[in-house]
Amino acid sequence: MKRVKNFLFLLLAMPALAMAAGGHSVPLDKAPVNLADQDSLQRGARMFVNYCLNCHSASAMRYSRLQDIGLTEDQIKDNLLFSAEKPGELMKIGMTKADGKAWFGATPPDLSVIARSRGADWLYTYLRGFYRDDTRATGWNNTVFDKVGMPHVMWSLQGEMVPVYKKEGEHETIARLELAKPGSVTLAEYDAMVGDLVNYLVWMGEPAQVQRKQLGVIVLLFLAGFFVIAYYLKKEFWKDVH
Amino acid sequence: MSAMQKLMGWIDDRLPLTATYKAHLSEYYAPKNFNFWYFFGSLALLVLVIQIVTGIFLTMNYKPDAELAFLSVEYIMRDVEWGWLIRYIHSTGASMFFVVVYLHMFRGLMYGSYRKPRELIWIFGVLIYLMLMAEAFLGYLLPWGQMSYWGAQVIVNLFAAVPIIGEDLSIWIRGDYVISDATLNRFFAFHVIALPLVLIALVVVHLVALHEVGSNNPDGVEIKKKKDPKTGIPLDGIPFHPYYTVKDIVGVVVFLMVFSAILFFAPEMGGYFLEAANFVPADPLKTPEHIAPLWYFTPFYAILRAVPPLFGSQFPGVVAMGLSIVLLFFLPWLDRSKVKSIRYRGPIYKAFLAAFIVSFIGLGYLGLLPSTPVATIFAQVFSVIYFLFFLLMPWYTSIDKTKPEPERVTG
Repeated sequence: MKRVKNFLFLLLAMPALAMAAGGHSVPLDKAPVNLADQDSLQRGARMFVNYCLNCHSASAMRYSRLQDIGLTEDQIKDNLLFSAEKPGELMKIGMTKADGKAWFGATPPDLSVIARSRGADWLYTYLRGFYRDDTRATGWNNTVFDKVGMPHVMWSLQGEMVPVYKKEGEHETIARLELAKPGSVTLAEYDAMVGDLVNYLVWMGEPAQVQRKQLGVIVLLFLAGFFVIAYYLKKEFWKDVH
Repeated sequence: MSAMQKLMGWIDDRLPLTATYKAHLSEYYAPKNFNFWYFFGSLALLVLVIQIVTGIFLTMNYKPDAELAFLSVEYIMRDVEWGWLIRYIHSTGASMFFVVVYLHMFRGLMYGSYRKPRELIWIFGVLIYLMLMAEAFLGYLLPWGQMSYWGAQVIVNLFAAVPIIGEDLSIWIRGDYVISDATLNRFFAFHVIALPLVLIALVVVHLVALHEVGSNNPDGVEIKKKKDPKTGIPLDGIPFHPYYTVKDIVGVVVFLMVFSAILFFAPEMGGYFLEAANFVPADPLKTPEHIAPLWYFTPFYAILRAVPPLFGSQFPGVVAMGLSIVLLFFLPWLDRSKVKSIRYRGPIYKAFLAAFIVSFIGLGYLGLLPSTPVATIFAQVFSVIYFLFFLLMPWYTSIDKTKPEPERVTG
């Protein structure tokens, strides 16, 4: 019996053992994702077009789809079409893949589904994790993406952050970032702006997701009703089976 | 005679329509004591139809081209009318197919449905399972994401572990030295035409063989042994239609509720049905840190990794993995018990079956994780149990103390 108990204990401990062997990762901050907040999505879309959509494309995304987050076609045309002629076009960029590779060391990835591969929390932490590092060619490094090729594009907003180290055994790790030179907005405002941007990226990863959940409720309600009918139909037929 | 009857008569003279309907539905007598576990056969058939129908519509918009494939899936998700729904039904359906088939196979294990005279039904079933794995593997390359690409790379490389011919064999399968456009095109052809045809043929044979000998049941007794002397109908049999058709409708509705809950509210299923890394386009120059197959392959993947390499060759692991599936074919002859159903089996069989299920699930879990020394030891223990379940079966089923089977089905 004791052996069985030990075995069961080991079984339960299996995930923990496996995790412990997996190596550490930087803790991520929770991204404030709320797809019902159209104002936030629209602010995020503006951030995206202004700051990201120059080096990064979103080549699965059409500008016109922004109507789903409450923008009119004219608003899109007047405010967001920098690198396209018509709202029906895809969010492509002028920079070629080869140029991107030559300039940044790696081609900046397409961002259409970036929120689905990286996850919202990673993006939220990453975009707030840039710090000054003179050993890097761009002058920037990142807490969650060490030696990243991307410079801190939004530095004029956030300002310049510098790392505060702590000793962890033999290694020094970054405990937190500190503001060395303020940007044009406060850190709290910057966090909110990044929150909007990440919210938008999550939405853009799957523009149909709001409709998907709404439809899901209807489908499940229909099936629940169908279940009642099917159940009593079965019961009626099976009355004569003994 | 009404016009309808005339028409039916005309057809029946030329095609056995009425006779077929009777033989397989209205006068196919199934045991009346089917329980919960007997829903999964008809559900598997339902999922097969779902996959074929959604697959046809996906094919209309998908581009089997290494340059276009990834974005064509996103095009389906965004610009094709209801494309996201069709794609999610297909991706959810793939995983749910395995859920349903694993439960269906477990039912067979519990009630001895593979025993004489149902050996061929079981063998065709295992063939269906094999085809299904091949079909899922081929289909998973098509979205052309990082996991599609590197998963296929890993699996095709298994063939390269075969001594002497391995290297050439893997090149022959890929049509190139690496997974490439040529591989994508042939996988597409196999996924949408070749394997579905084989799969449908096997399902037909599986059902024809089943209807020839009749269904097993939770008591594992043959209902054909006790027939009404006048009508010749089994006393414990009821016509499949309408009794089991109306009952299966209830099962279908409940299944569709589970299916829809996943499809509409968690289509990625926490990364188990759609992996996060597969939202990055395939990049032949960048190997992902951790390559794991989809959840339904992980038990076998764990067995593969559990076997230590011999002279630097992974071949023993590949053999063990192959053997873990091949053993299933021999199940009807490995089992020497006097009874079929777990209800009348003794404690030894029950203990072995429980250990087998724990091992299978444990292996499935370990196959998802990166390989570590601790995980490897667990995988080795579970692999040994997995194999012992089959290899020791002739011994433990013959010494096990069984209870007598009842004459007629119970409950």
